[in-house]
Parts: sequence; C-alpha cells; structure tokens
Amino acid sequence: MMEVVDNSYPGFQFSNFARNENLVAKGFPMPNSRKTGTTIAGIVFKDGVVLGADTRATEGDIIADKNCSKIHYLQPNMYCCGAGTAADLEMTTQLMASQLELHRLNTGRQVPVVAANRMLKQMLFRYQGYIGAALVLGGVDKHDSHIYSIHPHGSTDRLPYTTMGSGSLAAMSVFESRWKPNMELEEAKQLVRDAIAGGVFNDLGSGSNIDLCIITKDGATMIRPYDVANVKGQRQGKYEYKRGTTEVLSTTVRPIQIVAETVKKVTVEEMDTA
Amino acid sequence: MSILNYNGGCVVAMKGKNCVAIACDLRFGVQSQTITTDFERVFELGPQLYIGLPGLATDTQTVYQRLQFRIKMYEMREGRRMKPQTLMAMAQNLLYERRFGPYFVEPVIAGLHPSTKEPYICALDLIGCPCEPADFVVSGTCSESLYGMCETTWREDMEPEDLFECISQSLVNAFDRDALSGWGAVVHIIEHDKVTTRYLKCRQD
Repeated sequence: MMEVVDNSYPGFQFSNFARNENLVAKGFPMPNSRKTGTTIAGIVFKDGVVLGADTRATEGDIIADKNCSKIHYLQPNMYCCGAGTAADLEMTTQLMASQLELHRLNTGRQVPVVAANRMLKQMLFRYQGYIGAALVLGGVDKHDSHIYSIHPHGSTDRLPYTTMGSGSLAAMSVFESRWKPNMELEEAKQLVRDAIAGGVFNDLGSGSNIDLCIITKDGATMIRPYDVANVKGQRQGKYEYKRGTTEVLSTTVRPIQIVAETVKKVTVEEMDTA
Repeated sequence: MSILNYNGGCVVAMKGKNCVAIACDLRFGVQSQTITTDFERVFELGPQLYIGLPGLATDTQTVYQRLQFRIKMYEMREGRRMKPQTLMAMAQNLLYERRFGPYFVEPVIAGLHPSTKEPYICALDLIGCPCEPADFVVSGTCSESLYGMCETTWREDMEPEDLFECISQSLVNAFDRDALSGWGAVVHIIEHDKVTTRYLKCRQD
C-alpha cells in the first residue's frame, strides 16, 4: 500500500530539485548541511590496526555536536572513520554495513577488507563525488592487516598509515616523524592519539575528545573516549530560574490513558530430565 | 539570506529526570513581515512523541504530513507504538532520500520510549544527519542564541517543573534577540504519565 502512494521509487528523489534550483536563482543559496571538519587517522601495527578520530561536528563555524562518533561499524573485523558531509558518512556506512553483512551470509565466510574497499569505491565513483564522504577504512582479515584511504570521487590507496579530513596535515606530520613498522600496541595507540591531538589543537574543524578503535585478529575494541583532551570547566555560579519565573497564559494537562493493563506472571517450569 | 530563515521560527528540546521538554515559538512571517502569530511548529506524533520542524513553512507542513503517513502505516503494520529512535531513523530516511533536492527543515525529536519511558532527544540537519546528545538540542533561526542560553542554564536531572522554567527562559531570552522568531511560545513537558502544554506570555515585537 505504502509503495503505491508515498514511496514508489527506490533511491534518491529529485522532486524538490527544480524548486530548490529556482530558489538559488532568486538569491536564496542552498543552506549548509552538517560537516565533520574532522581529523581521522589509521595505522598498521604489529598485530593489527588502530583507527582514531576526533569528536567535533560543525555547521559553518558553529559546533553542532561536541561528542559525535566518527568511527563507524562495518563488520566485526572492520571499522571505518569518516570525514566530510555528516549525513553522507552516516548513510554510506550504514548501507555498506548491511551490504557486507549480506555478503558475509551469502559467502559464509569473513568478508575480506579488499571487498569492502572495492564496494565503497565503486559506490562513490558511481556518484561522481557528489556523495561527500572521505573515509579511512581499517580491518584485519585472514590475509593481513589493512588501512585504506578512500576519497569522495572513488580513488583509494592502501597504506601503512594515513590521515584524512581538515586536520589531516597536522596528524600526518606526527605519523611522518614517528611511524615505524611493527610497532607494539601501546606505542601505536599513543601515536594515533598524538596524531589526532595534533588535529584537535591545530585545526579549527576538529576538537573535543579522541576516540580509538583497535582491530586485531581477535576482534575489535572501541575506546570512546580514549582521551578527553579538553575537559569542560566547572560552573562557578548557579544559573537556575526559580519556579514561577515564566508567565504562563494557559496550561493543559493530558494524562496518558491506560486502556487496559494485564500482568502475566511467568513461572519457570523445571525441565523433565528423568 | 538562507531559505531556512525565510519564515523564521525556532525549536529547542531538553532532557530532564525521567522527562523531556520540547518548545517552539509561534511566529510565521515572510522575511520581515509577520503574517500570523499562532503557527505551531511542534507536532504530536504519538502519546509521548513530539517532533519540531523549524525551517521553510511549506516544508514544515509537507514533512509533517509525510511523516504522519509513514508512522500510521508503520503502526498499523507493526501493531505497536513507535519508539523515538525509530522515528529518528524514519525522518533520517525521509530527508536523505532527498539528499540532492532537500526539504528545508531541520527537525528536532523529543519523546519517551513507549515501554521503558527512557527520555530521548535528537536533532537532524536538513539532509538527515542525526545528533543525539545527552543534554539539549536546538534548531531554527536563533539557534546560536539558544546554544548560549541552554549551555548556561541546563543542569542534569531536572524535575519537570524546573525543566519547564529552564527551557522556557532559554527559549524566550534567545528569541527576544532574534527578529525572525518570537510572538509567543508553546512548551510541552512530556512525563511518563502525562503531557503538560503551556502557552507563554511573550513580547509582541
């Protein structure tokens, strides 16, 4: 039924496009959507990969979210950091997570990281860069540990260490001076933390906390937050309004009516094992 | 000037202790000319589920009607009430479907989980990127002033009465610094057993 009236076509709808273009021509520019200015990074270490991200989301020069999560789940052995248009990242990673899960069920084995990389780049290339997602994909499979950087137009690189987003230069400077092959876990975590902190403190689009995700052969662990780089100060005064401050014109109270309530006791029956 | 500011208006939502609040102003204008002062942009979508749709008024109404349709279909098909989290996913899909020709609204969702009564607030941008903080969300023409007010007045674990004062004063003082919104306000306090709606006395200029 619903398909008939409301949502007859899958995929993107363009019914507002002409109207919106008309508004642009009349001097109403397209509003800004939420961006993740972002510093994201990923490195390969001895036993797997470490992904890192800051937690700031911006709308123009306003901070829209001080603690957003930029490390997205794809598979139990694969996570993906995103920079760019926040809605695109959210929807692209959600779509990929479900496609990869279907792929895993169809093949009956763990999805290799190359497959996720290929699917992401083919989707982004198809949209010619209009889906503004810049990704750092990290994962461990039976072959190896992988870090890929994926650009909005669909080009990808497989690298031992990479950074993306507006704070990528600050983060890369840390990697370039300190990354080396076969690092230990603690050293790798500290290096990624320092790289993200470089973005947090030197790039205006990045800020707040530092999240990490460690993926090894034994699975993935999200550490959120790994480091609270900017602790909020304690409020000195009290800024409470006394009850009755606001002048009210009219009040209506609507109780939530419970039509029927039944309580069913669950008794656990002993299983007959005789 | 952005088309999001063409008609004016703002919405704010806050979490309290076992309750949530959502409030909006009542002005509907065309740029600097005020047309009506009884334009509510917060809508009831379930007994304890509300959505605020500030932005271009034509899209406020269209998105509200489209959502209402999808919610009714969902609740008929599923035979149960919708969770606020589900509404967020639904609104997210509706808006992202029009990623390349969006509706000019930035929704705010506030509600309680139908069975656990867990408070929930969330804000979406115009193409459906969600933001689910633990304290408050703001949207609309005076969002910058609202951020300032809420950041100073919001506290953890407010009782419904204190939450009402907090959200009302934040909203009224924020939109008194905005020419495009104001002219009255409506505040909904959503608790586990009741919803209290209050209309506030405001400046009329």
